Amino acid sequence: MQILQLKETVAFMRFRKVAVVFSLILMAASIFSLATNKLNFGLDFTGGTLIEVGFEQAADLNKIRAMMDSNGYDDAVVQLYGSSRDVVIRLATRENVKAEMLGNQVLDILQAGTGQTIDMRRIEFVGASVGDELAEQGGLAMLTALICILVYVAFRFEWRFALGSVIALFHDVLLTLGLFSVLQLEFDLTVLAAILAVIGYSLNDTIVVSDRIRENFRKVREGTPEDVINISLTQTLSRTVITSITTLLVLAALFFKGGALIHGFATALLLGVFVGTYSSVYVASSVALALGISKEDLIPEVIEKEGADQEEMRP
Amino acid sequence: MVLFIVAIGALYASPNLYGEDPAVQISGLRGIETNAATLDVVKAKLDESKISYASIEMEGGQILARFKDTEQQLRARDLLDESIGDEYSVALNLTPATPEWLATLGGTPMKLGLDLSGGVSFLMEVNMKEAINKAQESLVDDFRTGLRGEKIRYRSVKQVDDAIAVKFRNIEDLDQAESFLEKQNQSLLFVSDEDSLTLTARMTEQKLKETREYALQQNITIIRNRVNELGVAEPLVQRQGQKHIVIELPGVQDTAKAKEILNATATIEFRLVDTDGDLGAALNGRVPGSSQLLKERNGQPVLLKKRVMLTGDHIVDAGSSFDEYSRPQVNITLDSAGGSKMSNGTKNSIGKPMATVFIEYKPTDRVDSEGNTVFEKVEEVISVATIQARLGKTFRITGAGSQAEAHNLALLLRAGALIAPIQIVEERTVGPTLGAENVQLGFQAIMMGFGLVFLFMLIYYRAFGVVANLALGANLVLIVGVMSMIPGATLTLPGMAGIVLTVGMAVDANVLIFERIREEIRAGKSVQQSIHQGYDAAFSTIIDANITTLIAALILFAVGTGPIKGFAVTLSIGILTSMFTAVVGTRTVVNAVWGGKRLDKLSI
Repeated sequence: MQILQLKETVAFMRFRKVAVVFSLILMAASIFSLATNKLNFGLDFTGGTLIEVGFEQAADLNKIRAMMDSNGYDDAVVQLYGSSRDVVIRLATRENVKAEMLGNQVLDILQAGTGQTIDMRRIEFVGASVGDELAEQGGLAMLTALICILVYVAFRFEWRFALGSVIALFHDVLLTLGLFSVLQLEFDLTVLAAILAVIGYSLNDTIVVSDRIRENFRKVREGTPEDVINISLTQTLSRTVITSITTLLVLAALFFKGGALIHGFATALLLGVFVGTYSSVYVASSVALALGISKEDLIPEVIEKEGADQEEMRP
Repeated sequence: MVLFIVAIGALYASPNLYGEDPAVQISGLRGIETNAATLDVVKAKLDESKISYASIEMEGGQILARFKDTEQQLRARDLLDESIGDEYSVALNLTPATPEWLATLGGTPMKLGLDLSGGVSFLMEVNMKEAINKAQESLVDDFRTGLRGEKIRYRSVKQVDDAIAVKFRNIEDLDQAESFLEKQNQSLLFVSDEDSLTLTARMTEQKLKETREYALQQNITIIRNRVNELGVAEPLVQRQGQKHIVIELPGVQDTAKAKEILNATATIEFRLVDTDGDLGAALNGRVPGSSQLLKERNGQPVLLKKRVMLTGDHIVDAGSSFDEYSRPQVNITLDSAGGSKMSNGTKNSIGKPMATVFIEYKPTDRVDSEGNTVFEKVEEVISVATIQARLGKTFRITGAGSQAEAHNLALLLRAGALIAPIQIVEERTVGPTLGAENVQLGFQAIMMGFGLVFLFMLIYYRAFGVVANLALGANLVLIVGVMSMIPGATLTLPGMAGIVLTVGMAVDANVLIFERIREEIRAGKSVQQSIHQGYDAAFSTIIDANITTLIAALILFAVGTGPIKGFAVTLSIGILTSMFTAVVGTRTVVNAVWGGKRLDKLSI
């Protein structure tokens, strides 16, 4: 079976300018949204207390809110979580010395107020300073990842490709963050992990395309760099699509079956894979082309005999 | 070879198929050993109450009793906790029911993270500012006594910000003091200002680092000790970064109690033994007014004077070593105020016994009118030693027993003098129902993702899809096998998500190869040539693509904590195993099925 059977080379690069404008608009929109709406940071970054409890019967949120109010927790945010019997209560950080005991106190209040046996499902308490540190570390992690990848790709390919792929990654991360900001989805540690996984995935795609471009610059004697890139993109297109499909399939499984805790993670990756697939076709190669990639840049390199080292790995 | 590696993977993955036995784990508290005698006691207790056990044995210095069901397990725990709970920690545990032949090969099931097994994890922060502050306070004391001892006159010794300022009346005193103090304190930087007649001392970077490091290490030791008291099977206490300590307590539900114990305070007191009082009369309830009856650890009663000679907050350091007859001893260093108190206290008591009392505030089951847990003061005599000479700032206690006991005593002495307070800055508790649910959800997601990709590959690549699916299955087995083999690897919910993601991405290598083969066939090459070219040309692409993803995964591992680390672990392992199964594995199968034949068409 085949989904795409392309006889002709698709002139991807003809729409390059449109794609650049499209990407720039989306990036600007993301930055605008990040600046105005900000990210809806989760407990991991803001600090505070979260209590998830399971009730025997459907929970009456108003009653719980009143209960929290009357016990001095008027800032409590009470929400259903996943099902009508699961309730999540969020409390901001307090100037209280015994901040870490909050979770247990709330449990006691609920136990006493509802008269039901409640099932403690999860308590999370994060001190304010820890949240700040995490945010700092997370940003640092993303930056380190980008730099390491830049160095590796520059070493393996050529600086134009390296810059192209890193700009593509930056583009993907920015758009995913932007979507999280627009939709006001909660941004927690698992989402951060998902975004790093998006970096890995999108890079995977970009490398495959760049690899083919390099190969074709050596093989295809005629044609402008634009033609070579078009040929390469066409050749790799069916692979790009199929891998995206299999990845999206498993992500759909995670999204629908993985449970509420994994929801943010799956959402970020779903968005990221879409954006990443688009960017590997347009962003990375457009940047390399714009920077003036040409045959001469790739030919002088000593051509390694591909697969030469594979012999040893064969059983 | 491929078969062999997959078989090994399957072998080490297999312990995960067996369930777990409910068990009770008994280990000694505060240096008490568990040995064959303890084993007999435990056996006798269980037999006496007619609690049937599946097996009971010593394992790595602990006693492990396995039971048929949780009801027997709970009964045994309550019984043992009541009878020997003072000396031993009795913890509920789930022991893997791995068959013996597998266990001897080193086969163990995967370790589950707290989000899957249920339990609580704490992140505690050591107050480093306070640690440095305390160190400086003791320096101020040292300077005063030092200068007084040398008969150098000074106006004042004060702590100013992050330095210590000593003011003098004249320049001669200043110079004299500077050369004296500099010689005494190698780890300080001295600056003298002749105009204001002030000598300023600052800790060197090295010294500051050492102080912080010491504060962290000390807290870790104390927390380990306390966690052992909690009776938790397989607790984890680990440093994280410069000032944090991670504590993981699997299976703990009563987090309030855990927090209270972690936050509990302990102190040390040195008191003289009342040698005039009548121990026999005291045991019968006639305790002299100025004395108190306490018990030693072995249950031996001791009559102590109520007056406290010295409290533990004067202890600066304590360590164990050997004396000249290679008997274990405990070396104690006091601050200068403590030194003079000790000196005064022991002046007239040479030859008399002195007791070291360990005081702990333990939470009880009782609750006061305001709903707070009542703390019970528990006093225990941890050593009685004869005062050989007038004691000063440094002294030693010999005759504390074995080396392990000396080490333990040193640890307890240090516990009495926490130099830096600690605070819980993060808590994550997962209830057992949510944990079990997470396991189920994660498992379902893996199965569903696997099934979808399996179907897709089968439809899209037909015969070659079967090969890719074989590789995918082998990959899953290898991930589980490797996860079980690596001791530090923990499976978490994001880790399961990582496995799902690898399933989706692992086929990428095969897609690359298969698409290349199709291309070559379309270009008019023979089938055998196309297969060969397809694998060769795709190889370097696969390597490049996977290495870059691996970079991202490794960075995630380096900076991530807890569950995130779990994701990075499965992702990294998945990338490595998938490269093996998707490239080497499928090649082997393809060669075996299609290799060496003249083919006109390929089912791809």
